[in-house]
Amino acid sequence: MARIADVVVIGGGLHGCSTALHLALRGLKPILVEKDYAGRHASGVNAGGVRQLARDIAEIPLSVSSMAIWEHVEELVGDDCGFASHGTVLVAESEAELADFQARVDDLRLRGFVHEELIDRTELRRLVPAVSDHCPGGVVSRRDGAADPFRTTQAFRKRAIEKGAEVMEGVVVTGLSRVGGQWRVETSGGPIEAPKVVNAAGAWADRIASMLGEPVPLEVIAPMLMVTSRLPAFIEPVVILRGRKLSFKQVSNGTVVIGGGHRAQPFRDQNRTVLDWQKLAVSAATVWELFPVMREATIMRAWAGIEARMPDDLPVIGPSSTSEGIYHQFGFSAHGFQLGPGTGAMMAELVATGATNVPIDGLGIERFAAS
Amino acid sequence: MTEASNFASSYDLVVIGGGPAGLAAAALASRAGASTVLFDENPDIGGQIYRGITSTPIKSHAVLGEDYWAGAALAAEAKASGALIVTGATVWSLDPSRLVGVSVAGKARMIQAQRVIIATGSLERPFPLPGWTLPGVMTAGAAQTALKAHGLVPDGRVLLAGCGPLLWLLAAQLLRAGTKIEAILDTTPRSNWLRALPHLPDFLLSSYWSKGLALLREVKAKVPVIPIQRLSAHGEGKLQHVEYRSSGKDYRRRVDMLLLHQGVVPNVNLASAAGVAHRWNERQLCLEPVLDVDFGSSVPGIAVAGDGAGIAGGAAAAERGRIAAIAAVHALRPSASVPDPQSVRQRLQREELGRGFLDTLYRPADAFRLPEGETIVCRCEEVTAKQIHDMTAMGCEGPNQMKAFLRCGMGPCQGRLCGLTVTELIAAGRHARPADVGYYRLRPPVKPITLAELASLPISEAERKAVER
Repeated sequence: MARIADVVVIGGGLHGCSTALHLALRGLKPILVEKDYAGRHASGVNAGGVRQLARDIAEIPLSVSSMAIWEHVEELVGDDCGFASHGTVLVAESEAELADFQARVDDLRLRGFVHEELIDRTELRRLVPAVSDHCPGGVVSRRDGAADPFRTTQAFRKRAIEKGAEVMEGVVVTGLSRVGGQWRVETSGGPIEAPKVVNAAGAWADRIASMLGEPVPLEVIAPMLMVTSRLPAFIEPVVILRGRKLSFKQVSNGTVVIGGGHRAQPFRDQNRTVLDWQKLAVSAATVWELFPVMREATIMRAWAGIEARMPDDLPVIGPSSTSEGIYHQFGFSAHGFQLGPGTGAMMAELVATGATNVPIDGLGIERFAAS
Repeated sequence: MTEASNFASSYDLVVIGGGPAGLAAAALASRAGASTVLFDENPDIGGQIYRGITSTPIKSHAVLGEDYWAGAALAAEAKASGALIVTGATVWSLDPSRLVGVSVAGKARMIQAQRVIIATGSLERPFPLPGWTLPGVMTAGAAQTALKAHGLVPDGRVLLAGCGPLLWLLAAQLLRAGTKIEAILDTTPRSNWLRALPHLPDFLLSSYWSKGLALLREVKAKVPVIPIQRLSAHGEGKLQHVEYRSSGKDYRRRVDMLLLHQGVVPNVNLASAAGVAHRWNERQLCLEPVLDVDFGSSVPGIAVAGDGAGIAGGAAAAERGRIAAIAAVHALRPSASVPDPQSVRQRLQREELGRGFLDTLYRPADAFRLPEGETIVCRCEEVTAKQIHDMTAMGCEGPNQMKAFLRCGMGPCQGRLCGLTVTELIAAGRHARPADVGYYRLRPPVKPITLAELASLPISEAERKAVER
């Protein structure tokens, strides 16, 4: 006997958990299926950046709507998720880079977005006193911040269950087929039938899409992170660079998380990654140059989470182009954490009503149909 | 002093650890013509068992015993073999393609190995009792290190507590060096004797039997031995007294130093981070790597020798190192001449005889492995047994989720001190087997390195300037 649900959500990352929660809040009965445990991969081990800054235009509406949820996340999930809002600063390392940033901020103004703000040398020093002298300014998004990724995913999972979602962990999806008006999701924990299915399977989402005859050019990636031992507090905002790969933040326990997108080698079938120390050395050298205060800090651990990247570095969000009742929500290309709360709300609206108030133009799977 | 910049970019064989297994392996492989480098993080080779073998200030052979001085020949053999021996070298990463990350004197290098022999030995099993983090409480192994390397002995009122062959060896060494030991609190559960009996015939044939008996006699002639079932350490800011239960009665005793020891377990961190498969050893209550007859691991080209392959002691470690080295030489240079592996295996078998008895007899009691209440489990992040118990009750299924919830095992020791305790506590709370609960996923660097060291890795100008998104 198949289990019956209103929606099957595949994948227990932040996106899957958020979508399940928002579906449950709409009075629907979702069953979430996760092959490992919620937050096992990128959602649980990413850098935790809650960033509107420097996003592609196509993502900005989702990012802005998501930020509105982040700012009241405790009301939604009963936990502040460790979210602290100290802003994100994009540091310019040259006058030429600063001029490019100015053009970007001007362009955003024309489109009605005001969250990015150009700052000069003085304001940069005020926000990030430890930054190296060679940096002439930057851009700040003052409402940005950072949260604890695993805690956030767990909080969404827990609240989803409290609101009526069912979460099946350690259960693998093995097949998808149409039975009458329903989708039949075959799993290692038995079949589930539902009229709607959300594919939020992260680095494994292309396999779900393939089951629907809808192949996508998904690349499995594993962005690397390092963390230092505890240091006295010296920086509040998250710092990112454009010219070189770096994201840099000090969290409340004093440890400093260094990331930025240098990639490990992923082995998705083994849930494993192999780090590339030559590239981490590039990160270390960048931090060495940008923050002299960090030079004697001790690296405690380095790791990488497995996730998906699309060729255009934009996620796949929206209805399937081949299969009615199927919705995609994957391919966040190393910047999906901030989008999780808002995309879940948007997806639940789309699944429940067939439309959404937040524009997702340009993010649909049909953009890869020719490939 | 060998500078990091003087290393070749690749070697036939990289041996990690300069104890008996590593020294024997490096000597054999180098003599057979394999380009070999041995890295040891201490200032001197010898490992734990032969620590300070070429530099110890203790010159009287009687203090440390003839078994210790056997290490001198091994060290001399390795030094004469032509292998490059680098001390003060911290190996902080090893990946499945056998790329080795090593730091020497503040500079890091990546070195490609055709074969790797991990000979990182053992660690003392954690002994998490109330008050074990107080100054004045230390492990017996740490006291032995101070004795071998620096000739230092504890003074004041000294108590030893625990079980296992090394406890008796250390007691004898300390007594010979002039330490007055007030008492030994023996935690060996009485019921273990019954369980160990079937292993007695093997033990009586082993070298442990006569040596062990002589040690016991020597120590018991000078120190009272008190069997105990419970123990806690107390004091304001430092150790002042211990409380223990013996034969149903509670005692309190003033003390300045408490040395704890309940056996050693394989140091699995580097092998585990390299992706080597491990399994739970139910008899020894620890993780050990899954190995073939040549000590080859699940990762091609990576072997684990010595006590890291499972506890068997120094003499066995050297034979294991030789077997792993013979296999490496066979793979690297099939025509090279090597000792007959069968005779090495026979010697190893003799050395391993008797372990069953010791492992069963000295298997530590639950009371000394599964702490309760406010007893610290993770010393780095100060996580208590109660927190782990509560989190398990809330549904936290394994050590990796425990990390995320409590930062347990996230400190500088990377779980070396709490890993086994956390696995066993979660297993007990879930009524599951430790094998099913699993262990921490270990992340490199397995030893902390500084940002400056990492930034010193040679990187191309193209990589440094690459404009990537």
